[in-house]
Amino acid sequence: MTDSIAVKIKDLKKTFSNGWGKRSTIIKNLNLDIMENEIFGYLGANGAGKTTTFKLMLGLIIPDKGNIFFGGKPASDYKNRSFLGYLPETPYFYSYLTAGEALDFYASLFDMKKSLKKLRVEEMLRLVGLDHVKDLQLRKFSRGMLQRIGIAQAMINDPKLLILDEPMSGLDPMGRKDMRDIILKCRDQGKTIIFSSHIISDVELICDRASILSKGKLQQVIEMDDRQDNKNSTWEIICRGKVFDRSTIKKYGNIKHRATGNRHILSTVDKIAANLIMEEIKNQDLDLVSFGSRRKSIEDIYIKSVGVEGKKNG
Amino acid sequence: MSRGKKMGKIVAIALNTFRESIRDRIFYSLLFFAVVLILFSMVLSNLTIGDPLKIVKDFGLGSISIVGTLIAIFVGIGMVYKEMEKRTIFIILSKPLARWQFLIGKYCGLSLTILVEVVVMSILLFVLCFLYVPQIPWNLLYAIIPIFFEILLILAVAFLFSTFSTAFLSGMFTLSIFIIGHFTRDLKSLAQTTEDVLFQTLSNVIYYVLPNLEYLNFKTRVVHHLNISISEVMLSLTYAIFYTIVVLLIGIFIFQRRDIN
Ligand SMILES: Nc1ncnc2c1ncn2[C@@H]1O[C@H](COP(=O)(O)OP(=O)(O)O)[C@@H](O)[C@H]1O
Ligand SMILES: [Mg+2]
Repeated sequence: MTDSIAVKIKDLKKTFSNGWGKRSTIIKNLNLDIMENEIFGYLGANGAGKTTTFKLMLGLIIPDKGNIFFGGKPASDYKNRSFLGYLPETPYFYSYLTAGEALDFYASLFDMKKSLKKLRVEEMLRLVGLDHVKDLQLRKFSRGMLQRIGIAQAMINDPKLLILDEPMSGLDPMGRKDMRDIILKCRDQGKTIIFSSHIISDVELICDRASILSKGKLQQVIEMDDRQDNKNSTWEIICRGKVFDRSTIKKYGNIKHRATGNRHILSTVDKIAANLIMEEIKNQDLDLVSFGSRRKSIEDIYIKSVGVEGKKNG
Repeated sequence: MSRGKKMGKIVAIALNTFRESIRDRIFYSLLFFAVVLILFSMVLSNLTIGDPLKIVKDFGLGSISIVGTLIAIFVGIGMVYKEMEKRTIFIILSKPLARWQFLIGKYCGLSLTILVEVVVMSILLFVLCFLYVPQIPWNLLYAIIPIFFEILLILAVAFLFSTFSTAFLSGMFTLSIFIIGHFTRDLKSLAQTTEDVLFQTLSNVIYYVLPNLEYLNFKTRVVHHLNISISEVMLSLTYAIFYTIVVLLIGIFIFQRRDIN
């Protein structure tokens, strides 16, 4: 199914000069396929090489070795950026332009009819909730508002592929939710989205797949659905009541019980024990508050795969 | 992609650059400086002996040249560097746009800015001359048009440096080239009077590599109504255009290959 690969990164290597003729390798032999219509999370600590990877994809910097393809076509040809949208890490704009002027300018760098251009600008301003400040100069915008203009310009050409570098940074909780909704909506429209983050929960909430980059190397690619069948998942049950009589379930040694006031939190890795707890709650006439399986989080995977190197470092 | 669409993108960059520079405060301060200079020539013409009109013309043309060059250096060195410094370049170059289109667009936009400045200053000078002798001094154009092309050449040089150097260094380099460019011939004759082989070689290299900006200087001859043939002016302009294109091509060549950080 080679035709469903949206981005192919092959044997990518990038070094930077650090003065005095020495070069440090920032991306080491990176290989990665991103499938069409998936949300791909690109995780990594600060300085792991996420931004560098994206800049290589956009042709802003030139690889020492290796190739990148968008739908089979070389990324190095600027024409193949027509169906692409890019949000840089903390985007910067011409501060003397108004929001409307800026989007209109970016739109004019695509082969777009004038009438369509106007339509897209309005549509994008509405999408990011900034239509009321269309005529305000960008130098008067807050960080969060600039981030929204950033996503608007990235989508001005209705791209098939979106590359978002730390899209949630600089946003308040409401803004983060809006950004997640926009990303999810893009996937519903058939777009491919790749975004970087050093915050695990952002990735956990919306991604189909995620990879962990550490020191320019891909440590692991995680399929999000895999985690649910993981043997290590934990059942967590919360109920409310004066006392929780543990006498009948005592024989299961692997049940943890914490009580704070009226609240009881019971957790176990054993499915049978979990069922038993549920029965006891019914028998003892307690109030069930919640029941769920706490999956093994990416955080665990992340720390496991990066942790060794992280410790060496710090 | 059709040629029209390619041009469309260059025009979009050019217009945006033009809009940026005329919304910039430095443009107005330099324009103001030019107006003050030209008006000052009136004071000067009253204080000194000689034909006051000639002094106004001489000083006025000089002002257009100096202020125009300063603008070219100030805006030219920022052309690429400022986009990198302010990181506005990342979004632009992520669009389906070749780097040469970006550079040519920027250059055209700044040329337009300089054209506006030169036109404003020229109109002012014309009005001033008209106050002395009620007659439009069209022959000043023989000096002003070459000045404009000289400024465009300087702009290209500033642009070349700014593709690989910092704003400060680019400014210093460009200013030196402007100054040396007006003295290359003197330098060469000076070198021929000495025995120093090294100095002779050096001045020869400078003479043949750096632009000879005196080719574009018709100021004195215009002011003193000396004969100027159209073909001579055309030849000078051709020289300036050719030199400018070569410098721009070198700039594009360098910029095409560098990392945008
Ligand atoms: N132009 C450059 N010159 C030298 N080193 C660089 C340059 N750009 C990035 N780096 C280094 O590359 C590493 C990765 O940077 P980056 O890709 O920005 O990481 P991330 O986006 O994952 O935080 C960092 O150690 C950074 O210092
Ligand atoms: Mg980064």
